[in-house]
Amino acid sequence: MATKLIPKELAKKEDRLAPGHRMCAGCAAPIIVRQILTAIDDPVVITNATGCLEVATSIYPYSSWRVPWMHNAFENSASTASGVEAAYRSLVRQGKIEERNVRFIAFGGDGGTYDIGIQALSGAVERGHQFLYVCYDNGAYMNTGIQRSSATPFGAATTTSPAGKAVPGKQQFRKDLTAIMAAHNIPYVAQGAPSQWRDLMQKARKAVNCGGAAFMNVLASCNRGWRHKTEETIELTQLAVDTCYWPLYEVENGAWRLTYRPKERRPVEEWLKRQGRFRHLFRPENRHLIDELQADIDRRWESLLKLCGEA
Amino acid sequence: MEPKGWKEIPIAGMILEAGNSVEYRTGSWRAFRPVRGEAECIHCFQCWLFCPDSSILVDAENEKMTGFDLEHCKGCGICAAICPVNEKVIKAAGEDLARDDPRLCIRIVEEGKVEE
Amino acid sequence: MSTFEALTGDNAVAMAMRQINPDVVAAYPITPQTETVEFFAEYVADGLVDTEFVCVESEHSAMSACVGAASAGARVMTATAANGLALMWEIVYIAASNRCPIVMCLVNRALSAPINIHCDHSDVMGMRDAGWIILFSESGQEAYDNMIQAVRIAEHPDVLLPVAVCQDGFITSHGMERVEVFEDADVKAFVGEYKPQWPLLDIENPKTFGPLDFYDYYYEHKRQQVLAMENATRVILDVAAEFNKQFNRSYGLFEAYKLDDAEAAVVVANSTAGTAKVVVDQLRGEGLKVGLLKPRVFRPFPAREMAEALSGVKAVAVMDRSISFGAMDNAGPLYLEIVAALTRHGVQVPVSDYVFGLGGRDIVPREIEGVYRDALKAAETGQVENVVTYLSVRE
Repeated sequence: MATKLIPKELAKKEDRLAPGHRMCAGCAAPIIVRQILTAIDDPVVITNATGCLEVATSIYPYSSWRVPWMHNAFENSASTASGVEAAYRSLVRQGKIEERNVRFIAFGGDGGTYDIGIQALSGAVERGHQFLYVCYDNGAYMNTGIQRSSATPFGAATTTSPAGKAVPGKQQFRKDLTAIMAAHNIPYVAQGAPSQWRDLMQKARKAVNCGGAAFMNVLASCNRGWRHKTEETIELTQLAVDTCYWPLYEVENGAWRLTYRPKERRPVEEWLKRQGRFRHLFRPENRHLIDELQADIDRRWESLLKLCGEA
Repeated sequence: MEPKGWKEIPIAGMILEAGNSVEYRTGSWRAFRPVRGEAECIHCFQCWLFCPDSSILVDAENEKMTGFDLEHCKGCGICAAICPVNEKVIKAAGEDLARDDPRLCIRIVEEGKVEE
Repeated sequence: MSTFEALTGDNAVAMAMRQINPDVVAAYPITPQTETVEFFAEYVADGLVDTEFVCVESEHSAMSACVGAASAGARVMTATAANGLALMWEIVYIAASNRCPIVMCLVNRALSAPINIHCDHSDVMGMRDAGWIILFSESGQEAYDNMIQAVRIAEHPDVLLPVAVCQDGFITSHGMERVEVFEDADVKAFVGEYKPQWPLLDIENPKTFGPLDFYDYYYEHKRQQVLAMENATRVILDVAAEFNKQFNRSYGLFEAYKLDDAEAAVVVANSTAGTAKVVVDQLRGEGLKVGLLKPRVFRPFPAREMAEALSGVKAVAVMDRSISFGAMDNAGPLYLEIVAALTRHGVQVPVSDYVFGLGGRDIVPREIEGVYRDALKAAETGQVENVVTYLSVRE
């Protein structure tokens, strides 16, 4: 029997991520890791792309991982996981090790996933390795000091897309990686947020039980990059969900389903104004950029509703 | 920890003591600390669920939230921000309470100001 | 009983892989290694191996998957060449640093640009500081034998380093030759079962691999790699001795061919050494005292042993199938190593370098003969005329 998704029940299990890691105060990534690993009762083996989560949890001679964990490089969390998983299948098939229902999870940030790691990810899921890839998407290369990635929202100021006099922040809309992964026709793809923890945990469970490759894209606020107070982490990820900047849905064997529908859709402006990275958008000459972003969100939301049969 | 020589450590940078980061005290980073307030805790474990630093202490068997691991808590304040009791108290008070208002269930106070 | 089969070098290596029966092979096709991957895929398709074959989307992922699988506790192999190896680059270093005993079949091919699919040694020479053990093979037979020994060398607890087994692209990889193939059971017994000491898949004893390692410990981990390289020389010789006992073919750190009384020696690796032997025999027929040193182990470089073997000659000519651009005299890497080895160990003879065969340019006995005649002249005069000669390049 799987542990019920009730916090008091889940708290009876050992925390698979130990404290003493050096993620910034209020970082969403360890919350996501804890929620996902707590949701899974089976043994797990983890690969981790270079990035905040990797460096801050494995500063030699300290490790925060109470489960087998390995880091290889930046762009190859998925291909490394594919090797570990292939080894497991081979050794189990040959009777060299015991079948333990081990779940393989690859973690990577948006830089390591949307950008430099997309080839390895695409290849690994196409090959059908039985593993779950979790992208914690904080919308920039936060580990190296907030450089833009293809996940960075339109208009956001980063250190490589600064809000200058001539160019007001990032000029491109973000890549829809979740849809790209759905286009691989793998058994399970989902988008989640730690603020909707039960939804996220259910998705993690479905993902590891889907019988093949699974991908989850999870919104992770970074208070250093988004420029907000440390205690607002959960509130701001939820606001991203309620503005439909970050809709929660899943694609299970090709069937798209909205897993959370905001009671009342909030304008994206409410989310933007809470974050320093969008401050420049509120200058009169840049207001049209907020409208452009809103229009893009509306278009994507409508298209998602159609895919989910809710239009 | 006294640095070891190259013959004394495992090869390839392997760390054989899983989870030994508990020995590293991130509590020293803290500028603010969580303190229990006057509002009665409902032991919903939401703070446990959202703590990035696994620093909410619970008595899992008796299903009670028991306090904070101040050796590791970095003082982010997420526990107080997501506390549903706090939300109710704030609503009942009809105002935005300060983060250190004693009427809250978990409040965040400046480090050194209040000893629990 | 072994059998003799007509095999290409690629096929011979694939045959060794089938007999070794690794747990995981992750590879990507690239000329002139493709045949190896194709043959191996057939073995998988026909159920002749227990291997999980990961047919990756790039060489970068091939080496990444190999590191993952080796860390997991599996016996792992791959195969590549030239640009494929270059794409693996980042992970080639990680494989050695993470002490993954991966065996790689490396079919030597010229690196781009311009793009060229034929043989030279620019690919392997780029990985000489990566921390891998590097073995050269004159023939398909040697590549086959080296693959079998490589498994034992890599997995030795005192070593735990990846091994690259080189052979010349097209010249031996696609050249058909008579290869002695051992009994499957004998190869199986020779390589034995791999017992990883710290498998990641040991769920009960979770471990962290590949941490962030700063100035306080990174250096110590590098020092450990030096020890592993130092140990490798002994292990390579031990494995070779056991191989000789079992399969009756002798290997060392290098092959000394008619070197004992030689006055002029040529140093050349891989297939060209075979051609050079023919030239040595021919010149010996004329009464000229010439010999050959054919490196087998390039990393760890057996400097002392090579210097000893060359201590009696009066001149050395090194033949390099690649250039170390911008290095001393714009010479080839093998020359630089030999010069350093001889100097370091007090062997003071004139040494010249002959760059040859880049991008698959043919090398014929007449040219090697010219190298010997130059060397004999240098042996007489004690002088080299040209430090570096770019053999058979058109002016």
